[in-house]
Amino acid sequence: MRAAAPPCGPRLTCKYLLAYYRDTVKGDLDKVFKALADPTRRRLLDQLHRDNGQTLTALCQHMDMTRQAVTQHLQLLTDANLVAVVWQGREKLHYLNPVPLYEIQDRWINKFERGRLAALRNLKRTLEGDHHDKT
Amino acid sequence: MTKPSYVYVTYIETTAARVWRAITDPEVTGTYWMGPNASVPAHVNVSDWKPGSQWEHQRVDETKAVDIAGTVIESTPPKRLVISWARPAELADTSKHSRVTFDIEPIGDALVKLTVTHEGLEKDEKMLAGISSGWPMVLSNLKSLLERGKALPRVKLETAGPVKG
Repeated sequence: MRAAAPPCGPRLTCKYLLAYYRDTVKGDLDKVFKALADPTRRRLLDQLHRDNGQTLTALCQHMDMTRQAVTQHLQLLTDANLVAVVWQGREKLHYLNPVPLYEIQDRWINKFERGRLAALRNLKRTLEGDHHDKT
Repeated sequence: MTKPSYVYVTYIETTAARVWRAITDPEVTGTYWMGPNASVPAHVNVSDWKPGSQWEHQRVDETKAVDIAGTVIESTPPKRLVISWARPAELADTSKHSRVTFDIEPIGDALVKLTVTHEGLEKDEKMLAGISSGWPMVLSNLKSLLERGKALPRVKLETAGPVKG
């Protein structure tokens, strides 16, 4: 993925790293939603929730796909800051980083009146209650 | 060396000095350090932040109750702070302490990567549950405070803590 060369000028190239982080790593919510919009990546997050700090090899054992595919999914999750990477000796450990999820909660849930959501959830529970009790 | 229990990362448009101050200065901490449950008051961290000194996680209310305490292990402002983390009743028993590291890393001249690592919590289920909902909230609030000048509004949740799946 290479962007077109920026207009020449040393100042622009100096800021490349910062621009990169601003656009990709720094909790950009577009990246977070995109990362979450895939069942495989959500499964990887579930795996890390169950057992935090896993290596790629350990994660692959739970996934029915190639190591390369898992690596790519993990990279997307890391770019969205949903996965944090820590090196311990020669092992690269992956951690679930839920901080961006709290930013979504702030931006998209708290804002839209939690009280009404709770009322809807209770209604849904009441209506579906019998069904769930039997299953 | 055991692997960390939790690693939290947030990128904040601010300076390392401001992040350091937000963690160590009670005047700032009290404005954003809230737990996930609004019935728990805000907390401040009180210490002189010298290696070997004690630090206390105090409630901002009339009781000023100390909920967590520990020792300052490493203090390199504004880059790195390492503290031990214990219930006040277990302060004498270091085998029950866990350990928190704040790494503050500037990226360019306007962005800071803050990494909070919590180690040694494996045996303490209750503390594990508390901090795993607490840290993301605190860090998200801190980011909001430093970027927008205010912490997130406190919302009364129906249930405290995360939903167990």
